[in-house]
Amino acid sequence: MKAVAPILTVLAAIVLLWYAGSVALNAKWTYDQAARAGESVTVSQLLSDTMSQKRPVLPAPHQVAQGLWQGLAGQAITSKRSLVYHGWITLSATLLGFALGTGLGIVLAVGITHSRAMDLSVMPWAIASQTVPILAIAPMVIVVLASLGVTGLLPKALIAAYLSFFPVLVGMVKGLRAPDSMQLDLLKTYNASQGETLTKLRMPSSMPYLFASLKVGVAASLVGTIVAELPAGATRGLGARLLSGSYYGQTVQIWSALFTAAALAAILVGIVGVIERITLKRMGMA
Amino acid sequence: MTAAPVISARGLDLTFETNDGPVHALKDINLDIERGEFVSFIGPSGCGKTTFLRCIAALETPTGGTLRVNGMSAEDARKERSYGYVFQAAGLYPWRTIAGNVKLPLEIMGYPKADQAKRVEKVLSLVDLEGFGKKFPWQLSGGMQQRASIARALAFDADILLMDEPFGALDEIVRDKLNEELLKLWERTQKTIGFVTHSIPEAVYLSTKIVVMSPRPGQIYEVIDSPLPRSARPLDIRDSEEFLQVAHRVREGLRAGHAYDE
Repeated sequence: MKAVAPILTVLAAIVLLWYAGSVALNAKWTYDQAARAGESVTVSQLLSDTMSQKRPVLPAPHQVAQGLWQGLAGQAITSKRSLVYHGWITLSATLLGFALGTGLGIVLAVGITHSRAMDLSVMPWAIASQTVPILAIAPMVIVVLASLGVTGLLPKALIAAYLSFFPVLVGMVKGLRAPDSMQLDLLKTYNASQGETLTKLRMPSSMPYLFASLKVGVAASLVGTIVAELPAGATRGLGARLLSGSYYGQTVQIWSALFTAAALAAILVGIVGVIERITLKRMGMA
Repeated sequence: MTAAPVISARGLDLTFETNDGPVHALKDINLDIERGEFVSFIGPSGCGKTTFLRCIAALETPTGGTLRVNGMSAEDARKERSYGYVFQAAGLYPWRTIAGNVKLPLEIMGYPKADQAKRVEKVLSLVDLEGFGKKFPWQLSGGMQQRASIARALAFDADILLMDEPFGALDEIVRDKLNEELLKLWERTQKTIGFVTHSIPEAVYLSTKIVVMSPRPGQIYEVIDSPLPRSARPLDIRDSEEFLQVAHRVREGLRAGHAYDE
């Protein structure tokens, strides 16, 4: 519990800086309004006005907190204004994409560790795929799939998978190659097949690597889904919420959606972490 | 079949191609190991003792000469699962219990389930680990882990046991105890054992035949048949005149083979 004081101190410093920032950034509008009305602005007026504007450049923390509360608890969860509703849309695509990406990453990693040809032919493409900005690819995928009649969950999940397969691939290649030569020799003395070596030695040894990758992968998957919700005028999901917020200058809405996304990512990574701890403990590897 | 040696090497050569040029690891190895013998390979590092053991196990492929194991090529013998191999480190899977680790070769070799459990119990008692089957490797001491790895090598029906410095990483007290147990085990199971070590007392205490090797290139300098009784070797046999004489011969052999150069 020694850590509580430093954590709170840092948190307080962030909130304080944030308030200072919103006063500084929102002051211009307050002064403009006052000048137009031919009035002068006192300090207390400045403070209260910059923290309660309808469309601030940088909303104050309590405004974002209010927006979050409104979005999460102030609506029916089926409402188009509910962050729970939009969060669920994003979460479902994230989870599907994460499952697809993880599956693809593991399958490719198994192939790469067993075939030199695959190692040489697949790995460079996998790396190249990640050097292309996702923002450039996402609209094309959405548009192409929409023209084929595929809309909704799947295109978003594919983009999420596109981002999340890579950490899993890299981690699993490393993990599947983790057994040392002695352990491989041991199985050779049993005349074990490649399949048995995979299931009895390589897979279990790779678990710590897999979980490290899954944590990166699940966060990447969420980012991919949100990016996929931005183009082509999606109307549902946290990405769409971000976009409509920026169209209409609803900065509070943007920040609320951002915080929802961040919290979602933290929860997902946390869940993976819990599963990791339980699994590795049961395997005697923690 | 009884007359034919279990392991027979004729003019065995092995050269590794490395980036620094070829390394002559084994040169003209000629050796016969009879059924039921306990043969130690002793020599300084680089003398090829481990390499030769790995050749017998078909983990290395000789570049010249012939090597027969159980009347087959070493590769076929490996595929027939003719030997159990004990490495320097126990190498138990941390995610398996001790029983699970011992069961590993049985699962791979397709032994029936009921038989697996029986065999695990039998070999665990053979290495004095009854009741430890449900423990995980990290709950055991280094010596107990190495015993479990020996049990793993004994679990299936291989009549050859190859051991590569199995007690090298253990302290001397544990090592003495395990040596004594290994002899009892050998007597009970009638296996043919190939044992790599760089400890002279260990080699003399355990073996019926001591193969003294010398480095650069790795070759056999001398094969010493032990005059010590085959069975009933208590630990204090090491203070006997006979024992010291054999140890002296091994040391002389190592010196003549330039083991103490540098």
